[in-house]
Amino acid sequence: MLLEVKNLGVYYYTLSGVVRGAENVSFSVREGEWITFVGESGSGKSTVAHAVINLVPSPGKIVTGEVLFQGKNLLAMKPEELRKIRGKDISMVFQDPMTSLDPLRKVGDQIVEAMRVHGVDDDEARQRAKEILEKVNLPADRLDYYPHQLSGGQRQRISIAIAMAFNPKLLIADEPTTALDVIVQDAIMDLIDEMKDEGTSIYFVTHDISLAAERSDRIAVMYAGELVEIGTTEQIIENPLHPYTRALVESVPDLWKESEVRAIPGYPPDLRNPPSGCRFHPRCPIFKEKAELKGRCDVRGPETLEVEPGHFVACHLYGGA
Amino acid sequence: MARGLGRYIVIRALMIIPMILILYTIVFFFLRVLPGNPILAVVGTKNIPPEQLAHLEHLAGLDKPLYVQYYDYLIKMIHGNLGVTLASPMGKPVSSYIALRLPATIELTIFAFTVSVLLGLATGVLGAVRKGTKTDTTMRVYSIVAYTLFIPWFGMMLQYLFGVKLHWLPTSGRIDPAINFHSITGLYVLDSIIQGNWTALHSVLSHLVLPSITLGIVLSGAYTRLVRNNMVDVLSQDFIRAYRARGVSDRRVLWYALKNAFIPVVTLMGLQFAILLGGAVLTETTFNWPGMGTFIMDRINYRDYNSIQGAVIVFALFVGLISLIVDIIYALLDPRVEY
Repeated sequence: MLLEVKNLGVYYYTLSGVVRGAENVSFSVREGEWITFVGESGSGKSTVAHAVINLVPSPGKIVTGEVLFQGKNLLAMKPEELRKIRGKDISMVFQDPMTSLDPLRKVGDQIVEAMRVHGVDDDEARQRAKEILEKVNLPADRLDYYPHQLSGGQRQRISIAIAMAFNPKLLIADEPTTALDVIVQDAIMDLIDEMKDEGTSIYFVTHDISLAAERSDRIAVMYAGELVEIGTTEQIIENPLHPYTRALVESVPDLWKESEVRAIPGYPPDLRNPPSGCRFHPRCPIFKEKAELKGRCDVRGPETLEVEPGHFVACHLYGGA
Repeated sequence: MARGLGRYIVIRALMIIPMILILYTIVFFFLRVLPGNPILAVVGTKNIPPEQLAHLEHLAGLDKPLYVQYYDYLIKMIHGNLGVTLASPMGKPVSSYIALRLPATIELTIFAFTVSVLLGLATGVLGAVRKGTKTDTTMRVYSIVAYTLFIPWFGMMLQYLFGVKLHWLPTSGRIDPAINFHSITGLYVLDSIIQGNWTALHSVLSHLVLPSITLGIVLSGAYTRLVRNNMVDVLSQDFIRAYRARGVSDRRVLWYALKNAFIPVVTLMGLQFAILLGGAVLTETTFNWPGMGTFIMDRINYRDYNSIQGAVIVFALFVGLISLIVDIIYALLDPRVEY
């Protein structure tokens, strides 16, 4: 197992109270697989992605759990040790290409620096910078450009180029295509696919379940800071178990059918004060229908069960008492 | 790019001309609106034979119509002549006074400016890095208090504490008059270093401490806020986390953040410089500093039109020049600036 996350909890200590950004999150990432995390904004999917390399933005703090990368707990590592892994074994691509490069420095310098911090000497780094730029289909002269002279798509290519520099074992891509138009989006997805072909495991975060379905091996669904369902792409799309996952799958508009797009009624809960029991119960259509669920869903949090091989769900509808 | 920058500099420099013209006009007419005139101020009484008063006014050129006076001085100014003093001592070139006083003010402002920027950066970065903690609040309070301090009061408090009570530092003047020292450029620090006169240098620096700290602290408040807020803003941006995610050390990341946060600060520097000179006037009077500030105050009492006009215009040129330099630095620092 490349990455094992156990019982991860991240709280944000804001002035208006403690926001429970993620709780009891456990999952693993296998070597060479593409796993996608889906969920609404505020579901904790980005929080977990950042926590994996211990980069939760302030005022967030990792309060519980461990992140085992090749057996070693990243959260217990000395900063120096972790620094050697960041950018080399684990790379990250961020959501907004407009802000994820330093506006004051030429992109070439930023690519070269990313290699130099891991001990590559200057000349070699320059040479390799040209090569990886070619890999992401950008002309070598872009090295001398400042970020503001490039388009959003080009900048995201630069970010991916930097992430590719060491052929990492894991790429964490936090909504890398959300800020881009559909055509560019596809090109970026292709680049990530190429990385996967070269053996990198992809940890992809998106709110777009159709994008998730396209290329991932497995999908993990998050709701209100908790992991509610995880399984192979086929299992999740063809046989969604959790009412939230079902709603999410049904909410995708189909160009060829005339059916109406079904939105999920209600809003995600305030994580300063999450609902008791299952966090989805106030919005859950099944909970509203079935009277016998009262006293269960709204009282006790569900346990995570393996319903079919590799398909886990946290919902009271499955499994006995 | 270099040609673009050259053009930009020329245009910015040309913009100083209308600024000076407007300022000259305002000062010229405001001075004439004030009650009294230089002759009365020198004579000190209104009981002077009218024909004698008229004669003196004629000598000073004050009998001419206002627009002629305005025009005459303007033409002189264009030729680099700031006129002669109209009050005691009469008839001395204004420029000779300015040559004497301007270096003192420049020296003070350079030191005060340095103090303010360093203090502002330090307190601002500290507040940003410790965002939301007591340190942050302390820095915020510091900023507001510093910003609202009244220079003469604050200066006197420092004089009382470090001069009168502790006898650590001198409280007035630029140098101990007992020291044998001859100035060439008027910048005493520079002169004493060139001449290798270490006794003088020690005295000059110790005289500089209190005035430049007074002025520096007051001006640092604005930087504290700006640096803190910019820093918080920059630190929350993705590229900072992206740097960390690439394994760049925290120290380097902080340096990159500071560079980004510094750009708006550079803009403020240009603006602050004008305030700095205003503050210098108050600081100079408090510390009996023989600079432009005390000169202007002194000349206002005499209604010495020419001296005041000359001094204000030199001040304006100075501010214009500094803001030009600041803009050039800004353009060089930020690749996004188009010129």
